[in-house]
Amino acid sequence: MVINHSATAGTLESSDALITVEPGEGGIALDVTSSVMNQYGRQIKATVLETLGRLDVTDAKVTVVDKGALDCTLKARVECAVFRSCDKSASDIPWGGVIQ
Amino acid sequence: MIPRPKPERFRLRRTMMFMNAQKPGLIKDAYIYGVDSIMLDLEDAVAENQKDSARFSLYHALKTIDYGDTEVIVRINGLDTPHWQEDIRVCVAGGADGIRIAKCESAQDVKTVEEHVLAAEREFGVEEGRTLLMAALESPKGILNAYEICAASDRMFGVAISGGDFRKCMQTKFQPDGVDMLAARGQMLIAARAAGIQCFDTVFTDLDDMAGFETEVRQNKAMGFDGKSLINPKQIRLVHEIFAPTEKEVRQAEAMVSAFREASAAGIGVFTVNGKMVDIAFIPGAERTLKLAKACGMYEGDLV
Repeated sequence: MVINHSATAGTLESSDALITVEPGEGGIALDVTSSVMNQYGRQIKATVLETLGRLDVTDAKVTVVDKGALDCTLKARVECAVFRSCDKSASDIPWGGVIQ
Repeated sequence: MIPRPKPERFRLRRTMMFMNAQKPGLIKDAYIYGVDSIMLDLEDAVAENQKDSARFSLYHALKTIDYGDTEVIVRINGLDTPHWQEDIRVCVAGGADGIRIAKCESAQDVKTVEEHVLAAEREFGVEEGRTLLMAALESPKGILNAYEICAASDRMFGVAISGGDFRKCMQTKFQPDGVDMLAARGQMLIAARAAGIQCFDTVFTDLDDMAGFETEVRQNKAMGFDGKSLINPKQIRLVHEIFAPTEKEVRQAEAMVSAFREASAAGIGVFTVNGKMVDIAFIPGAERTLKLAKACGMYEGDLV
């Protein structure tokens, strides 16, 4: 998917994450800050990159502000931000396809 | 990926607790409270501009979190909104046990949802007929059409009244003795029983008034409700206690069911247990008491 415009999803509440995606400048630029960076920083990056890979996003600037989100929450927020950036988040989501 | 067992149309549903599907902090460990059913909400708890986000959150919660024996129902947005069709798709794709139809007013509303559920089951390769339905009656029209709504589909397991919207329509407000909704509760119960489905009361919103809550739950039980909708874990225990049968009721039910089985094997139709006449008409009630007692940890026998 191509990031058409910047979009965000999520919140800064505990157990959540705020994800921002913006059009890239060639490749994926990922910036993560987390309340559990020392323990889970690598896991968070891996989950976000894997999710972007499934959505076939290859050119984006992605900012993650994590407040202790589980993997399933990170996935949900990244997917929503990407679908919002293409104005495709409201209907006909490929549940069980690239969303899994 | 957590495979959920096939939903049971008739199971114990004393407590049904609402949670905002958009809030990961709430839904990630909702099974720990021991509630019979959780109600993940895509409707009023979710702001209009977060409906899309709540669905992604819901999908991954359904697919990732092991809710165990806790039933997982999703409240979808009303049929007068642009959201309900995608809500149904995500519920079915995620494998929710059931869908609560908000603001239901006619049998046609149930049939419309059922058609879309069936289409989604086919789209996502889910067993046809797996997804159960329940309806929330929130208006005078919904109450007047309660029976046709209850009987509209084989997927229907229950019906609930939603007090906030209903009181608004009736130009009344909460009364401690329940007189504000007495007629509506009664009519809905009669309709549910006539259609053979379960019936649930509305939420009690004042979390600090536990005495008022208890009064309402006792009235619910006396009227014949199967359970109650809740908004907070601290309300669960009281409902489970009030809906539990008494020790004496359990012993009597056990004696009746076991005597009935022996008597029918011997060709006897009517007999007495502890001085009370018993025939086949008493047995479904006694079996229900034993099932409830089993769920409450009061009965460990094998009659049910």
